[in-house]
Amino acid sequence: MSARELFTFRNRYFSFGVGVAAGLFVLTFLAGFILLPKLQREVQFAGIWDAICSAAGLPQRSATTAEPVKAAHRLSEAVLTSTTLARPGQESIGRGATLAQRCAICHGPTGISRADSPNLAGQYAAVIYKQLLDFRSGARVNAVMTPFATGLTDQEIADLSAYYAYLPRLPAYHPTPQLPKPRIVIYGAPLRGIAPCGSCHGSLDNKTGSPWLEGQSEAYMKAQLTAFASGERRNDISQQMRNIARAMTPQEISEAATYYASQPPDIVKATD
Amino acid sequence: MLENRKLILAHFWLAFAAFGFALCLGAWQMFVRSPLYTWISNPEWYYRSLTAHGTVMGYVFPTLVAMGFGYAISEVALKQRIVGVRWAWAGFWLIAAGSVMAMVPVALGRASVLYTFYPPLIGNAFYYIGVVLVVVGSWIWVALMSINLSVWRRVHPGEPVPLAMFANVAGSYLWAWTAVGAALELLLQIIPVALGLKSTIDAGLARVFFSWTLHAIVYFWLIPTYIAYYTIVPRAIGGRLYSDTMARIAFILFLVVAMPIGIHHTFADPQVGAGFKFVHSAFTALVALPTLLTVFTICASVEIAARLRGGRGPFGWIRTLPWQNPMMLAVTFSFLLLGFGGAGGLINMSYQLDSAIHNTQWITGHFHLIFGGAIVIMYFAIAYDLWPHLTGRALPDLRLVRTQLWLWFIGMIVTTFPWHWVGILGMPRRMAYYDYAHPALAPQAFPVTLSAIGAFILLTSGLLFLYILARAHAQPATDAGDYRFSVPVHPVRSVPLALNTFAIWVALMIGLTVTNYGYPILVLSARSDTSVPAVYVGAQ
Repeated sequence: MSARELFTFRNRYFSFGVGVAAGLFVLTFLAGFILLPKLQREVQFAGIWDAICSAAGLPQRSATTAEPVKAAHRLSEAVLTSTTLARPGQESIGRGATLAQRCAICHGPTGISRADSPNLAGQYAAVIYKQLLDFRSGARVNAVMTPFATGLTDQEIADLSAYYAYLPRLPAYHPTPQLPKPRIVIYGAPLRGIAPCGSCHGSLDNKTGSPWLEGQSEAYMKAQLTAFASGERRNDISQQMRNIARAMTPQEISEAATYYASQPPDIVKATD
Repeated sequence: MLENRKLILAHFWLAFAAFGFALCLGAWQMFVRSPLYTWISNPEWYYRSLTAHGTVMGYVFPTLVAMGFGYAISEVALKQRIVGVRWAWAGFWLIAAGSVMAMVPVALGRASVLYTFYPPLIGNAFYYIGVVLVVVGSWIWVALMSINLSVWRRVHPGEPVPLAMFANVAGSYLWAWTAVGAALELLLQIIPVALGLKSTIDAGLARVFFSWTLHAIVYFWLIPTYIAYYTIVPRAIGGRLYSDTMARIAFILFLVVAMPIGIHHTFADPQVGAGFKFVHSAFTALVALPTLLTVFTICASVEIAARLRGGRGPFGWIRTLPWQNPMMLAVTFSFLLLGFGGAGGLINMSYQLDSAIHNTQWITGHFHLIFGGAIVIMYFAIAYDLWPHLTGRALPDLRLVRTQLWLWFIGMIVTTFPWHWVGILGMPRRMAYYDYAHPALAPQAFPVTLSAIGAFILLTSGLLFLYILARAHAQPATDAGDYRFSVPVHPVRSVPLALNTFAIWVALMIGLTVTNYGYPILVLSARSDTSVPAVYVGAQ
């Protein structure tokens, strides 16, 4: 057996195999890259090369393309990954503790609020980090929070996030009796495109950038869902929460808020 | 009795034990997401189970069957001692260790990414490393099959390679090349991210790499089934193989056209150009060729058996076939399931028609029909046929064997037909929960219930299969005689060099991979703006 004997066009198996394979490739190439693009009425190509580039999947960067549409409001610029602020230093937590003095009036000296503001003790660092960045940039607006956030540096935001994440999760100040899990929290509403609340916010799972909600103020959660639904709040990336809140009924909003408010926080600490 | 029966039995038993485990998970999944059960309330458990089911059924089970069967073929067809038995055991233990390593993080909920990986979702690194070990273990088998064949060739220069071994080595080469896609995806893209060396991943490129593996892997699963069609069925039912040449051409065609077609799995993906999707769609149509050749050759071989038994008339011979013979039942069921599955496959491979059923339960129905149905039922048949030669004991009861095969056939139809139907109704796949109380989904409740019942029929059949194999070990010892493969109608005296070797066909396989995959992979690799942040399973 020798390669010379096999790989020659005198060998009819070789010539037939290679011929058919090459022929088919050329034929399908002509059909897929030239004929079919040309037949598409809704797309006009400048020439054959244009059609081939399009069929090959080469992105077209034409000079005439208009600039992307600018949003009328500030968009969130926060970038979160699951490693954002994952391992803060002791100094960062210490600085955060000092800075947090000015937050205590609403969020409580131990990070547990008595004023229907979010409880921050043990909240994920990435969550606090993103909200402070958004308050500072104007992507999220609140009459009370915006002035506090405007003057913060990147380092101060990171320190505050690290400090609150470091605090132990405590039961809320006024817990209500625990309620059974409502459908919207556990099942969501697949046909309306609503994922279960619990798959990101706790009870089933927690996802990067989503706060855990157990023991948070009912009034606050209701207000935020309503604000998402009306479009008044819009710092959620890719409209994740707005799409969900818009599709929720007022009853579902109320059930979800009441349920989470009644839950004791998970004892696991947010960091490590 | 086979000399390496311990090696072969170890492969088969590990394969079938893993199969039994994954089958239980599959039935559980069907049950909890059907209207028969209220709902487990936590989708994580469902995806954990689904990942384990897919990983075991897709990577561990068929690979071990192909390997065990391959060693048996090498010993019986070549009539020589297997070279490299120690390496074979090393491959086996690598697969066993890899399977355990992959399953632990899955069981702990750290790798619920499904067996197709789905980056940018990233699970625990041990899951992927376990899968890599399984693949590496199987590559040892690929090398051993090639080495054993070349040892034989040196002793028998110019002689025709026995068909079973020819097909076996074709299958091993196909696997060696098709596994490269997933290996590249795992080693270059996923594992560095899973180990924390990188935090972004090019999900589009990863999906293209996976499609390189994903379609041809089905033909690797299929090859043992086709080997059984050609080299076991005619002998087992008392006939002759109609054409040895046709068989070789079919296996060669699989080798060449199984590879350059995988992009039909990414018809809905934006990162691949429409032109390449069309080329892959057209090449996918070619895969029907070896199957049609096989259906013709095997039907002709079966007809020969029937006529030898006195069958007459254009169709009258069908009655005279040995319907009590489990192999006859198995091949019939396998062909029927292959026919239904193949017909559905024509929809999936058509660029336009696919959009009607892409990512619906239709697809789940399709691949269960082909793999779970046509392929696995022949794995059962292979085991039944080899068992007396491996254990030195006869099978306990042929009635039980026939019942098992019937149950599998019925179960597979009852499971997959409603799946196809709800797929047409638009039911998405890979979902853990469906709200059947909703009026829009209410019509799907009945077919889904039916398919869940099918799953339990399959479970019964699968457990019965394990019971039969286990009980055979306790039967009184008998001499099963020499194991032999079918004899063709016309004895094979010489085979053209091209049909006795693989060089041209392997070259064509690689060449077509380059033409059909080269450009999309190069362009996606060269671009710097196609990566996205990884999403770690369980990260907060």
